[in-house]
Amino acid sequence: MSATAPLVELRGVSRRYPGVRALEQVGLELRAGEVHALCGSNGAGKSTLVRLLGGVERPDEGELRVAGQPVSFASPIEALRAGIAVVHQETHLVPQLSVAENLFLGRELRRGWRLDWPAMRARARTSLAQLGLELDVDRKAATLTAALAQLVAIARALDLDARVLVLDEPTSSLDASEVERLFALVRRLRERGLAIVFVGHSLEQVEAISDTITVLRDGRRVGTHRARELSREQLVASMLGRELASATRGAARIGGGAEFLAARGLGRRGAIEPFDLAFQPGMVVGLAGLLGSGRSELARALFAADRPDQGAWFVDGAERRLSGPRDAIERGLAFCSENRKLDGIFPSLTVAENIAIASQRHRSRWGLFSRGEADGLARASIERFRIACSGPEQPVGTLSGGNQQKVLLSRALTLEPRLVILDEPTRGIDVGAKAEVEQLVEQLAARGTAVLFISSALEEVLRHAGRVLVLRDRRVVATLEGAQLDAQEILRRIAGDARDG
Amino acid sequence: MADARLAWWKSSAAKAALGWLVVLAIGAAISPGFFELEWREGRLYGTFVDVLLRASPTLLAALGMTLVIGTGGVDLSVGAVAAISAVLAARHLQSGGNAAMALTLGLGSGALLGAWNGVLVRKLGLVPIVATLVLFTAGRGLAQLASGGNVLTFRSDTFASLATGTLAGLPLPIWITLASLAALTFVVRGTSFGLYLQACGDNPRAADLAGLPVTAVIVSAYALCGLFAALSGAIVAADVQAGDAASAGLYLELDAILAVVIGGTSLRGGRVQLVGTAFGALILQTLTTLVLVQGARLEFALIAKALAVVAVCALQSERWGELLRRRPRAGGAQ
Repeated sequence: MSATAPLVELRGVSRRYPGVRALEQVGLELRAGEVHALCGSNGAGKSTLVRLLGGVERPDEGELRVAGQPVSFASPIEALRAGIAVVHQETHLVPQLSVAENLFLGRELRRGWRLDWPAMRARARTSLAQLGLELDVDRKAATLTAALAQLVAIARALDLDARVLVLDEPTSSLDASEVERLFALVRRLRERGLAIVFVGHSLEQVEAISDTITVLRDGRRVGTHRARELSREQLVASMLGRELASATRGAARIGGGAEFLAARGLGRRGAIEPFDLAFQPGMVVGLAGLLGSGRSELARALFAADRPDQGAWFVDGAERRLSGPRDAIERGLAFCSENRKLDGIFPSLTVAENIAIASQRHRSRWGLFSRGEADGLARASIERFRIACSGPEQPVGTLSGGNQQKVLLSRALTLEPRLVILDEPTRGIDVGAKAEVEQLVEQLAARGTAVLFISSALEEVLRHAGRVLVLRDRRVVATLEGAQLDAQEILRRIAGDARDG
Repeated sequence: MADARLAWWKSSAAKAALGWLVVLAIGAAISPGFFELEWREGRLYGTFVDVLLRASPTLLAALGMTLVIGTGGVDLSVGAVAAISAVLAARHLQSGGNAAMALTLGLGSGALLGAWNGVLVRKLGLVPIVATLVLFTAGRGLAQLASGGNVLTFRSDTFASLATGTLAGLPLPIWITLASLAALTFVVRGTSFGLYLQACGDNPRAADLAGLPVTAVIVSAYALCGLFAALSGAIVAADVQAGDAASAGLYLELDAILAVVIGGTSLRGGRVQLVGTAFGALILQTLTTLVLVQGARLEFALIAKALAVVAVCALQSERWGELLRRRPRAGGAQ
């Protein structure tokens, strides 16, 4: 199969955003009749690659070839004309239009100057039937399930005579039987000679559907393998670890003293199965698992950002019900979300305001806000974390990702928390800032602050955590500490015991 | 890295001020008597003073509106609330009540109605336009019910002095407006509430996660907006010595929103530009006065307002600034 010339080829493609290298010298070959999976953790460069293929963005370096000819797509339409269709994670159907209308949106069939609805309906029916779909073409898109909407979006792409079909996380909102249905279709399309790119997080799904697997990490291609020749553990290892063999165990903070915070049976339906977790001062607990395994969901439940529907917290031994983030902060918790822009920063407020805001009510007298005090606080943080900014008065929205992250860490620390939850604090920031964030974790632990450390980079987790919870499919599947804390063991647990037993 | 802190002359308030100066210059050019002032019976008279006086009710409502828009919301019920306040105060005075109580009644009702808006927005999760449309629609009806469909005239020199009184040679409403601007500026810049308010508008999700009292902040912002709308209505009632449910505060919400937009506060919320809003309201009133002084029909004032809005908003827009800066480069300077 690999003897055939690739339909689409990427050569040495790079794409940079301010402060981040999203893709660095990546090559990729897509062949007819092949399902090619793209794997990698958050920020590995998968979405950027998909955007380049779909003509949404253009590479800074390198070239894109279609059928051997170098091309440059100015827009998604040009990519479509070249036969590359992308079906995005959230399908882009117009909810108030019918299935047929959605299928022909922007390229309506006409008879003279009038729209030819009978023809469009008929053709919609046949193209859906080809996918094995019996669907009323007059149904509004809004009434379709996520799975059906996905299939309609694929039908739309195929009706444009696509030769390359890119499915960007198509299974994220589908249940098991829907996934099976989608995969049956994908296999049929493969037999028809389409080249298919599959972006997904579930190892089972990648294993089930793909012929070839390319693993990306930190914007680079780690390797391309025949799916058959790659074990699940090898796949996980190449996705998560930089130099796992030499991953050094750090101070392995296990803390000491009395448990000041515990979660017992805390869970939230559809987000995270009930879990137990306890913290002593100075303890670093790591969460390991793939994207979508429930790491962030666990963190958000613990912080009461998404309210758990079962279980309880114990603060200094007494049972408490945390009503929300405000309550959690009051009990000594602090949380840095993985999504800085959406959940973290106030972009048009200044560095000083962003840092001072969370602890404002503890400092404030008579509800007054002292700019001088906030500036002082900000100056100390700017110096301590080496935040690159013009001063406390710079709006945070104009800082780079790494510096925004440092502002958020500063904000959390002004609360003088007993437990800091850091969800992917090193994601999307440059190497120097990463090292500084890691250093901070050690400093905090040494001072007696407990840390819940979440990272896709396993070596980071191993470096700091004295206890690691492994998550899979929204469930804590193992709690490892001491001698069990070993990269291979964690990888084995992430990959799933099923195949070992 | 260049200093990202805005130079004062690049601030939104400065741009709105610049817009006002341009309008004033046009005024001076086409209407020679525009800046003429006269001192009579311990009070300053003249077209310019008149502009400041007439701008006051709109400006007061616009200040409250700025807070609500700062939270990422909007309040369409401002005019209706002004009418309710005017009618309640007039009714109390008509039945022989005292002026202080009348004012308290008016302002209190405004704050309560505003809080109601805030509860609809935050607790019921209604979109602000819809939530405040409820009171926009019902409010004037309520005012009409309270007034029995009549224009409620009253005689109370104490209450009338709210609009006609003089302090240090200037009409009282101008002082009330200045004091309100100063007070609210302090609230926004110097209190926790002001900081939280802007944060809630800038990024509501982050505000929740940072443990800010989001509900209290939103409800307070709408309550303050209602309070200032009511103050605006009370001054109008004092001016004509009557509470008229049909005309008090008519179109006040639109002028207030316009003033806020001209002043440079983003409709998406975030940074609040109270001083910009003040200049925005002044631009609107100056244009209206100019058209009237010229003896032209009031309809022209509306068109002039619309043009001014487009011009100042273009000045405030970053996209526009970029286009203007880019042009010389594209032309191949160097």
